[in-house]
Amino acid sequence: MTTPEHTSAIPLQVLDHNDVFRDEVYQEQFENKREFENAASKEEVERVLQWTRTWEYREKNFARESLSVNPAKACQPLGAVLAGLGFEGTLPLVHGSQGCVSYFRSHFARHFKEPVPAASTSMTEDAAVFGGINNLVEAMDNMSALYKPKHIAVSTTCMAEVIGEDLFAYIGAAREQEAISQDFPVSYAHTPSFVGSHINGYDVMLKGILDSLSKSPDADASKIEKTDKVRLNIIPGFDTYVGNHREYRRMLELMGVDPIILGDHSASLDSPADGEYDLYPGGTTLVDGAQAKFNRASFILQESTLRRTAELIKDVWKQELVTLETPIGVTGTDAFVTAVARTADVKVPAELTLERGRLVDAITDSSAYVHGKRVAIAGDPDLVVALTRFVLELGMVPVHIVSTNADSTFKARMEKVLSASKFGDAATVWPEKDLWHLRSLVFTEPVDLLIGSMQLKWIGRETDTPLFRVGFPIFDRHHLHRFPIIGYTGGLHLVTGLVNTILDELDRKAPAHSYDAVR
Amino acid sequence: MRQIAFYGKGGIGKSTTQQNTMAAMAEAGQRVMIVGCDPKADSTRLILHSKAQTSVIQLAAEKGSVEDLELDEVLVEGAWGIKCVESGGPEPGVGCAGRGVITSITYLEEAGAYEDLDFVTYDVLGDVVCGGFAMPIRQGKAQEIYIVTSGEMMAMYAANNIARGILKYAHTGGVRLGGLICNSRKTDREDELIMELARRLNTQMIHFIPRNNVVQHAELRRMTVIEYDKDNEQAHEYRQLANKIINNEMKTIPTPIEMDELEELLIDFGIMEVEDESVIGKTAAVA
Repeated sequence: MTTPEHTSAIPLQVLDHNDVFRDEVYQEQFENKREFENAASKEEVERVLQWTRTWEYREKNFARESLSVNPAKACQPLGAVLAGLGFEGTLPLVHGSQGCVSYFRSHFARHFKEPVPAASTSMTEDAAVFGGINNLVEAMDNMSALYKPKHIAVSTTCMAEVIGEDLFAYIGAAREQEAISQDFPVSYAHTPSFVGSHINGYDVMLKGILDSLSKSPDADASKIEKTDKVRLNIIPGFDTYVGNHREYRRMLELMGVDPIILGDHSASLDSPADGEYDLYPGGTTLVDGAQAKFNRASFILQESTLRRTAELIKDVWKQELVTLETPIGVTGTDAFVTAVARTADVKVPAELTLERGRLVDAITDSSAYVHGKRVAIAGDPDLVVALTRFVLELGMVPVHIVSTNADSTFKARMEKVLSASKFGDAATVWPEKDLWHLRSLVFTEPVDLLIGSMQLKWIGRETDTPLFRVGFPIFDRHHLHRFPIIGYTGGLHLVTGLVNTILDELDRKAPAHSYDAVR
Repeated sequence: MRQIAFYGKGGIGKSTTQQNTMAAMAEAGQRVMIVGCDPKADSTRLILHSKAQTSVIQLAAEKGSVEDLELDEVLVEGAWGIKCVESGGPEPGVGCAGRGVITSITYLEEAGAYEDLDFVTYDVLGDVVCGGFAMPIRQGKAQEIYIVTSGEMMAMYAANNIARGILKYAHTGGVRLGGLICNSRKTDREDELIMELARRLNTQMIHFIPRNNVVQHAELRRMTVIEYDKDNEQAHEYRQLANKIINNEMKTIPTPIEMDELEELLIDFGIMEVEDESVIGKTAAVA
């Protein structure tokens, strides 16, 4: 039995994670294990490691056909869960095994440092053989009883898709069996992970939600709350910067426009610590979702991601659709602000012009340090296109551009951005390549800076290249997602981070005589 | 556009009946597409005069992904401009054929294959064995099912089972049974029997197709009877069926019957004798 005397007799030693494995006990274990692992000699390991950094290896690496190593993408239902979290009172439900949903929840929790509500239909082997209708009905029954959502957004996992689960029919059955009422709003999307990536899952779920809401009783033009302002739909897409959602809103309100952000997860994934836990802290209201089709226009700000949502708006809603590159940097934001002003027939307020001037000033201030720096950029296609345009504005030289989940339009869009700048000539564009390809690229043709998600940190460490973190996932730095990267304000945040990453590196490597106070 | 599907026991003549009926429809000016949902990919051979057309799954496997396909590589026009697609599937014994059907129908929808058509038909293999083979009768797709059957016991047994499958989807997805097509095997009192089965299943025998060797003759030439011998009486039978389907008003939720009732029906029609426990398991020599 443990007594207070006993515990106090042994001083508690908690070793830091960095130190614990340097302990003699572990070092000895590592050495002893080698015998059972049939390990190659240390010299041989080192020789092969060096070889993987050569041009010869790079060519073999790029000839790879049937293997992905570190693809920079997640699966479709992960995106579908994020889409669900963007709406009021919505609980995402993923039809499949529990492990999938645990992964989505932990992935988002690690990025946003927030609890992430999402439910699973908990399919097991018998459900895989006989079909998971009972699982889905029971899940809806439990969700209604325990979590009282206003709306359920159902997506699927690989298992459910392979056996051909019919969500439409199952949701009907859940109504018949009174797990949910006849008029309870449910949206659904089929999200097989063996095709596409998280951005496609986001897209089809968002389309599913907007489609079902726009057929609900609230989708009635006579019920719209009157306003003098023009209402515009802003669709950011798979955008993990909650600061962006707030920035879109702030900019449009400054312009005298009423913004309806479709898929606004900024409340769900950045809720305050005020002592009360709220399962549903906000999001696009279901009424706003239902009436979105009556607003003057919809702005799609992630072209590759929101392909199917765009079809809904264009073909079914028959609404004016404005598709723009994500408004990152001066040119990107100019295009966005101009398009909003034109569509809503408003003037650009002096305040935005002032903010633009501040960004241009900041870029000028940092120009001496960022100009001419060679960079590699990796991430989701829409983010990569917009970021590339921004670094070109800064006079940086993009060298390697990798997007694992790029679609067929990516290359042409990149060419357009690159050819518009004299700094774009050195760039090579690598759609569908993974981060193991990027490693070869950076070893053979070094760069000054990596720009991308946390997943690039290992390449950064091995090649001794600093990493500026943008995108998703970022598990190892805090609060980045709280600040916008879009708009003039977002541009300021980006240029701050970029130049300071470069300056940190400059200081770290500076000899004593150049370790200056002023940069 | 009406979407219909043909189901029925394996070997009953679904593909033949379907292609002949669709040929008759196209001949009458309807714009038709046939979607084969059988890994054997033999649902369009009589229209295309070919052994088996290149299937969606086959080409997707070659190219790496369905994303890489162009519609005109898998959608081929045959006699009377009938559009033909085969979903295809894996080799026997491997993979998941049902997933193949889901993948290809999803692809066809995305690629815009369902445009400018009056009729789309799905030719599905034997039974609805898994979710994949139910794809054609799910939401927004085939709303009318025709079951091809004959007076043989196992064909009727299969028809009843398919009716059970339709019933399952009827309440959730709105699919309806359009009727039984009797593809005659010249069994005793076949027409009366199928009409009675249809009555009990709450449907109709929409047409009785007599047995005629000309079907085989045409098939050897990889042709429909409509094309091979357009004035043949059998061609008129298919034209009648096509016409009845075009004008069909009777689309019902089926009432499948129990196995005991099906056996009683066969006994009533003298196809099966009253069960005599003493003969079960006895060889011909002993009995």
